[in-house]
Amino acid sequence: MRLAVAGKDVYAYSGTLAFDASRPTILFVHGAANDHSVFALQSRYFAYHGRNVLALDLPGHGRSSGPGLASVEAIAQWLIQVADAIGVPKVALVGHSLGSLAALECAARSPDRVEKLALIAPAAPMPVSDELLTAAAHDEPLAYALINGWSYSAGKQLGGNTWPGVWLMGNALRLMERMPNGMLATDLVACNTYMNGVEAAGAVRCPTLVVLGARDIMAPPKSAAALISALPNAQTRTLADTGHALMAEQPDQVLDALRGFL
Amino acid sequence: MPKPKSHGFDTLSLHAGARPDPATGARATPIYQSASFVFPDTDYAAALFNMERAGHVYSRISNPTCAVLEERIAALEGGIGAIATASGQAAMHLAIVTLLGAGAHIVSSRALYGGSHNLLDYTLPRFGIETTFVDARDIDQWRAAIRPTTRLLFGETLGNPGLDVLDIPRIAALAHDHGLPLLIDSTFTTPWLMQPFEHGADLVFHSATKFLSGHGVVIGGLLVDSGKFDWDQPAARGKFPTLTAPYRGFHDMVFAEESTTAAFLLRARREGIRDFGACMAPMTAFQILQGIETLPLRMAKHVENTRHVVAFLRQHSFVGAIGYPELPEHPDHALAQRLLPRGCGAVFSFDLKGTREQGRRFIESLRLFSHLANVGDAKSLVIHPASTTHFRMSAEDLRRAGITEGTIRLSIGLEDANDLIEDLSRALYAAGKS
Repeated sequence: MRLAVAGKDVYAYSGTLAFDASRPTILFVHGAANDHSVFALQSRYFAYHGRNVLALDLPGHGRSSGPGLASVEAIAQWLIQVADAIGVPKVALVGHSLGSLAALECAARSPDRVEKLALIAPAAPMPVSDELLTAAAHDEPLAYALINGWSYSAGKQLGGNTWPGVWLMGNALRLMERMPNGMLATDLVACNTYMNGVEAAGAVRCPTLVVLGARDIMAPPKSAAALISALPNAQTRTLADTGHALMAEQPDQVLDALRGFL
Repeated sequence: MPKPKSHGFDTLSLHAGARPDPATGARATPIYQSASFVFPDTDYAAALFNMERAGHVYSRISNPTCAVLEERIAALEGGIGAIATASGQAAMHLAIVTLLGAGAHIVSSRALYGGSHNLLDYTLPRFGIETTFVDARDIDQWRAAIRPTTRLLFGETLGNPGLDVLDIPRIAALAHDHGLPLLIDSTFTTPWLMQPFEHGADLVFHSATKFLSGHGVVIGGLLVDSGKFDWDQPAARGKFPTLTAPYRGFHDMVFAEESTTAAFLLRARREGIRDFGACMAPMTAFQILQGIETLPLRMAKHVENTRHVVAFLRQHSFVGAIGYPELPEHPDHALAQRLLPRGCGAVFSFDLKGTREQGRRFIESLRLFSHLANVGDAKSLVIHPASTTHFRMSAEDLRRAGITEGTIRLSIGLEDANDLIEDLSRALYAAGKS
């Protein structure tokens, strides 16, 4: 589905189903240099199980026009604009990595608009290494290689995934390579400079699910501990032997965690 | 954080896609010889059918053993995924019918395996898909042959049987200028000698019957997607409705929206394998996996042996032209050095001086070389293309494909090179005396 948000063209995957105002709505928010397709399985499930699903392409990503949004706060504000554009009073937010920070900030800023919050692989803060920031600033292939190598757990780097015939490492690399120049750097700077995570968690009023990968080295579980402690109503699921790319590595476990919560 | 290291080719040949079996601990990839897979509950079953969950339903669509092979070849090619098919021909057919329908057009190199030529020139026109064949070396012919209805460019890494080296970077650039993908048959080279995606190709298929399995015991094919081609790009707009328009056969799914990178693979599996049904058997996948484990070792030996045999033939008075791109006189020698630095494979042709009868005597005098229609076996093979693999082609088409009455095609195996040379030497002597 296509939306006009703040005068810009925005794409949202809806499972090719029409919007139904009588149904609850879930916004899926992807991470750095990704798009809606990282939530393909999970978002499709909810679209066919009684929800309006909008798996968004953030501005400048995938099929949404740019420019990209330069901060977590800006993405959080934009998410409310998306809810306004479709005319729904309340939404559930599911965010991954950078998207989880934006969803968190959005829930803190607009407690009356966010009824449920699912944070996949959050961290507060979420520092990015200088080497990666530098490579991303120059759109070097090294940046994608670093993210890929750090995002997948060691076991999954040799494949054996549940999606028949798909080589996850190659697929993730190709998705990042499709981003326009500068987009990865914009996203990583947004992660690196966001310092309001723990404070925002304290302001969240809705039920919150946190899903962590036990072997995540991009956003290690210990980096989410302060955030989880600050959330007033949170439950946590930690997936064993899973890295940062949780939806790809463990699509069923992520879906089951979301099903039990949403 | 320590810098991540990607795995090397040899490691991926052994491990990519496979893990010790979680149910039994089996280290080798189990042969999941099961037509179907049990659903834990009805909601799970519905979710599998509707692509809300990933997994196996029915072995025509996917199978765990085949999936290991699919991941492995995708990893070795630098792609995003693959589909295992009943044969190389089935892989080629699946690629074409996933993208093209009646009224569409293909531009293809003329230097092709006879089976591919059959499909393009005789069979697909019956279904409304036309092909224009061009001289692989003439970029102007490629350009001139592209029509508004063209949807695909196609060639072999090493043309069969003359070993024309396809200038993939140049042809890929031409294809992309027109919003078209380039499909490559990489059977003769395998990813050990060349990864066509690195040079701009968009789709690759293999007859895995050949070097990938390596032992001449199975028939199988593999179709690999690079994930690089943007089916929605402005230059391609409206050309690939199978991927960019709603598909009535799957809840109006728009495959390019469902998966940004893997739209082609999704459609190929959800329609092509589902409906045409040319799937691979799990036992076949297991045998190809066994072969790929030693692909790097075998290809090195295949190439080494071939160099010895070519050197011998080159100095023999009864041997005319040798079509091997490592030789400086081959028209694609410079291109081969650039695209195929590890070598030009183990299949090549040469012209026997003399009569057709002497050619017959040569083949029948060989003892180690087996006279049969295959290549890429661990054992050395020989065939006379004009009377076998390419017999349906007209004399003019044969000439254009670089095949004469005296052309002999060899596939060099893994025997001792000296034994192969002795066998060839004796057969050449016998032919010369007849």
